[in-house]
Amino acid sequence: MPQIAQLSATYASQIFWALIFFGFVFFVVGRGFVPKVQATVANRDKQIADDLAAAEAARRAAESDEANWAATSNKQRAEAQALIAKAKADATKASEARLAQAAAVVDERIAQADARLAAARADALAEIETVASEAASDIVARLAGLSVEGDAARAAVKEVLHG
Amino acid sequence: MAEQGKVDPMHQFMIEPLFGTDHWTIAGHNIAFTNSALWMLITFVVLFAFVAGGAKGQTVPGRWQVMVEGLVGFIDNLLAANVGPKGKKYVPYIFSLFSFILFSNVLGLLPLGLIKGVHPFTSTSHFTVTGVLAILSFSIVLIVGFARHGLHFFSLFVPHGTPAWLLWLIPVIELISFLVRPFSLALRLFVAMMAGHVLLEVLSSFVISSTNSGMLWGTVVGLPSFALMIAICALEILVAGIQAYVFALLTSLYLNDAENLH
Repeated sequence: MPQIAQLSATYASQIFWALIFFGFVFFVVGRGFVPKVQATVANRDKQIADDLAAAEAARRAAESDEANWAATSNKQRAEAQALIAKAKADATKASEARLAQAAAVVDERIAQADARLAAARADALAEIETVASEAASDIVARLAGLSVEGDAARAAVKEVLHG
Repeated sequence: MAEQGKVDPMHQFMIEPLFGTDHWTIAGHNIAFTNSALWMLITFVVLFAFVAGGAKGQTVPGRWQVMVEGLVGFIDNLLAANVGPKGKKYVPYIFSLFSFILFSNVLGLLPLGLIKGVHPFTSTSHFTVTGVLAILSFSIVLIVGFARHGLHFFSLFVPHGTPAWLLWLIPVIELISFLVRPFSLALRLFVAMMAGHVLLEVLSSFVISSTNSGMLWGTVVGLPSFALMIAICALEILVAGIQAYVFALLTSLYLNDAENLH
């Protein structure tokens, strides 16, 4: 086994060069490059974490914006509904008032017409009485040769007409 | 290869000095640049190229960057799961450990022997190399443990729920198991790497010898051995990853003991 057979001749060289080259590996590669690689990985992880956090924040912001928008739109819709309801009520009230006005005018006209009708009827009745009393006094004068006073004839006719 | 066409399964572990044999010394110890050192250098260069190519730091990563970030993230998760938040600072060390062992294991498995004159060498198949890594890990555990908990770190040897009448025995067992850790770390990796390579080499020697002795033996012994080699190659790739993972996992568990003393 050369490891043992050559031990006394080579151990110093083996140990020396092992220390030298492992030392190179440790100081150049281990101390030199490994921390750089670790820093790169850490930076990348940090960047990914930051990006994720930013995305999360943006999502939160979008969600709160959406909630705000929903609230605003609900409020505006409610306002619009109230406005419509008010307009409706106003319109109803206005039309009612106008209807009432028109009804009053119509009622007044009806009353006037009624009054005129009543007056006309009374006139007509009076006319009929006069005509009837004249006719009655004429008839009486012609048939009986009696001259009846106008007032008496009128009263007699009135009695007959009105019972 | 050894002489007379025979395959020596141990030859692949031979350390051959490339240069610096005569005068490169530290305190009297020769530190020649060997093939083992060369393959550790190659491991470093390949690992450097791999990680540097993926450390571009783009926010939207390419494939290469995803691979490197996946490897770093794997170690990161391993430490987060086994040590917790305090394990973050050990990521560079465990990453270096895991990827050095993994790349070294896999590079040693490359079929570079097909190119004449090139011999792949698995530096982690030598306990001198795995021992260095194990002792490093164990020292870090000791330093962190005593720095963080002081002498209270010794309470590691008295696990929760130890009955009072066993207090004379359990700490001894725990102490031994603690002291065995660096050896088990080093030997596990070295043995796993060596065993797989030896097995492949032995099977290949079966293929070569049986085929050389004729059609019959080539069919009866050579072909099944070859099929087995293919399967074991796949297994070895798995083992290369698993051993690197086990080393990194156990180190992180030991660090957990040191960081979060029960």
